Amino acid sequence: MTPEVNVSGSLRNRLVVILTGGAALLAIILYVVVRILAAQIAQQGQDNILNASMSSILDTAVLQDGRVALDFPYSSLSMLTTGADDRVYYAIYEDETLLSGYDWLVSPRDLASDGTHFESTTFADDPLRVATGSRTLIGPDGPRNVFVSIAQTQDALSDTLNASTRNVALLGLGFFVMSSAVAIWAASTTSGQMRRLATSVTRRGPQDLSPVAKPVPTEMAPLVGSLNTFMSRLDHTLTQSEDFIAEAAHRIRTPLATVRSHAEATLQRVERTENRKSLQAMVRAIDESSRAAGQLLDHAMVTFRAENLERSEVDLADLLDELVLRMTPVAEMNDITLTTKLDRPAMLLGDAILLQNALRNLIDNALKYAPAETDVIVKVTNAPTLTVSVSDEGPGFADDEIETLSGRFVRGKNMGNKVGSGLGLTIAQEVAAAHGGTMSLTNKPEGGACVTLSF
Amino acid sequence: MRYPIVLIALLTPIAGFTQDWEDRQVFGQSEAAPLRILSSTDTSFFAPIIEDFIAASPDISVEYLVTGTADIDLIFRASPEQFDVVISSAMDLQLKLTNDGFAAPIEDVDHPDWAQWHNRLFAFTSEPAAIVINRNAMGDLPVPSNRQDLIELMRGDPERFQGRVATYDVRLSGLGYLFATQDARASETYWRLMEVMGRLGAKLYCCSGQMIDDLREGELIIAYNVLGSYARKEAEASNELMVILPSDFPITMMRTVLVSTDASNEQSAQNFVRHLLRLEATGDPATFPLPPLVRSDENAPQRTINLNPALMTYLDQMKRDAFIREWEDAIVQND
Repeated sequence: MTPEVNVSGSLRNRLVVILTGGAALLAIILYVVVRILAAQIAQQGQDNILNASMSSILDTAVLQDGRVALDFPYSSLSMLTTGADDRVYYAIYEDETLLSGYDWLVSPRDLASDGTHFESTTFADDPLRVATGSRTLIGPDGPRNVFVSIAQTQDALSDTLNASTRNVALLGLGFFVMSSAVAIWAASTTSGQMRRLATSVTRRGPQDLSPVAKPVPTEMAPLVGSLNTFMSRLDHTLTQSEDFIAEAAHRIRTPLATVRSHAEATLQRVERTENRKSLQAMVRAIDESSRAAGQLLDHAMVTFRAENLERSEVDLADLLDELVLRMTPVAEMNDITLTTKLDRPAMLLGDAILLQNALRNLIDNALKYAPAETDVIVKVTNAPTLTVSVSDEGPGFADDEIETLSGRFVRGKNMGNKVGSGLGLTIAQEVAAAHGGTMSLTNKPEGGACVTLSF
Repeated sequence: MRYPIVLIALLTPIAGFTQDWEDRQVFGQSEAAPLRILSSTDTSFFAPIIEDFIAASPDISVEYLVTGTADIDLIFRASPEQFDVVISSAMDLQLKLTNDGFAAPIEDVDHPDWAQWHNRLFAFTSEPAAIVINRNAMGDLPVPSNRQDLIELMRGDPERFQGRVATYDVRLSGLGYLFATQDARASETYWRLMEVMGRLGAKLYCCSGQMIDDLREGELIIAYNVLGSYARKEAEASNELMVILPSDFPITMMRTVLVSTDASNEQSAQNFVRHLLRLEATGDPATFPLPPLVRSDENAPQRTINLNPALMTYLDQMKRDAFIREWEDAIVQND
């Protein structure tokens, strides 16, 4: 039923991809930034302790008998105790001369003069952090510079970092998972609005062209606005064309009746065979046009009334009795017997005019296609459901046409040279649909067509 | 000052070749090269441990070499590839060896955190420094229970104690130096005690063993900072000896073991250390004759020297020079 739509991608999926992708990117940025901050803080902590240790050694530097001596306290090195048993190295220089400690560590040449100098290096493949400070002692023979370097491995630091890295990774992952959940929820909500609109439009009956009244989000307002405008234009156009058809049929029928009575009168007067023949053909054509105009009028009326159905209690059996009584003369003209098999009561809540119109069209069709000397049977059953069927003993429907025959202006192939507009079945179906019923076309096994309306 | 220099001069040329070991024994028989253990601990204490180890892995032979703690440091630093396992009571020297990268890590050892350093250095005994006296030579003098008592005792009867008191020569013994520095760090009493002993013409020893021998023979009346574990063992054999742990604060040392990074038998060496630590944890005197680690704080005043980088403080050349100068001023005044 749904016509082909050119589909490319999904708004929901696109939203989910963009939002989760963004969340992943943010989580990675969060991880990297926090990791860098943690590393800085951890390094700051180690630097502070190294600085304290170095200062406590440097503070003990004194000139003793003309020599530089440092009697540093036990705590200078014990403060460097870490959980990971980091190794500790130190070097004490007086100018370029190593006083004690490890000679490979740092030589005073590398050092900045003011403040504490921090440096990262490696020793035997292990990362090492070095803090160096200097002090000038003024002796009798001039100033003497003392340099102290303290170095520590970074095992405890990397342990701390690994632990915080693990925590930060968990944090990032948690952030990502939560953001993704929110993303999926947001995408579903957003696309849900669209889906609801689509559903409400799809669920409408084919006749419902009223504007969408439910509130919609701002972003969808232009689309819904356009849709509403489009539908009202369509509705207007449809109404106009129905009006036009009714008006046109009405305008045509009246002059046609005049033309027909003139033709009949002329036929009485004309003697020559070829002239009679062409007048007869003329009458026939006028009949056909008049009937078509009638049916167009009926159809326009049906369309109008179906949209604003006025329901009242209708007994289909009574309605058919009256109808059959009225059509019996036409049937007798064609040597056809109209038989009724009516279950009573056959009550239906509906529009009597519409129902009468629909059933008249069905009986009319049957009388038209039924051969002479046959029966047309009109049957009403009230159990299990209320159905009305009209069957004849004519040629029946072509099997491949059963699906399409109820369309407007569609005429069967088996109709021979019968007069018809192709609107009869359409009218019957629209009436049935307006009453919440269906119409089905079947061929009887023993031959002949059968149209059934089920309510 | 002169002694270490002479010692270095003597040791350096012979370190790699023939060494005058205090003791040298080979346990077990094997085609392969023996596991070489460099140790400051008397063979008698380690023989049961090594025999138990060889019983568990019979295809290994062990060469056990004994020398002083200061020598161990010199010899091992000169040729670390010659030895597989180093055992010493000088915690500071052992820690510095480890700090300087001479020790190989041994992973997944179930050992208390405070009794190991950097997964490389493992402590396996708790041994206090003790005052040991010869009961007979003391006569009817009261038995001192702490450092202050000891000072007053010696001051009260200088004639009796003249030349008959002893302690470690911190210039020769790494353990003696460790005890002395930790003692001095804890209390000024140490310096007063050294001055008193100096005035009494104290004899200085390289090792606990000789001090205990001279005590037993009555040449000495009192020895200070003797290794308690050795003294207790001798005291069990002879009645004259009495071991006193100073009630103010006994300095407690932990004997430590490490595996050389250049060990030729690294796997066996690690197995030996694991075996040693297992025996220590079991604490059966038959296989582990040394005093095991004191795991709880049952002796509150006991002052166990911690394994941490601060042990390197007194190994600093300037600090060492200053300390020995002060120590000599106190104790060697009459020589």
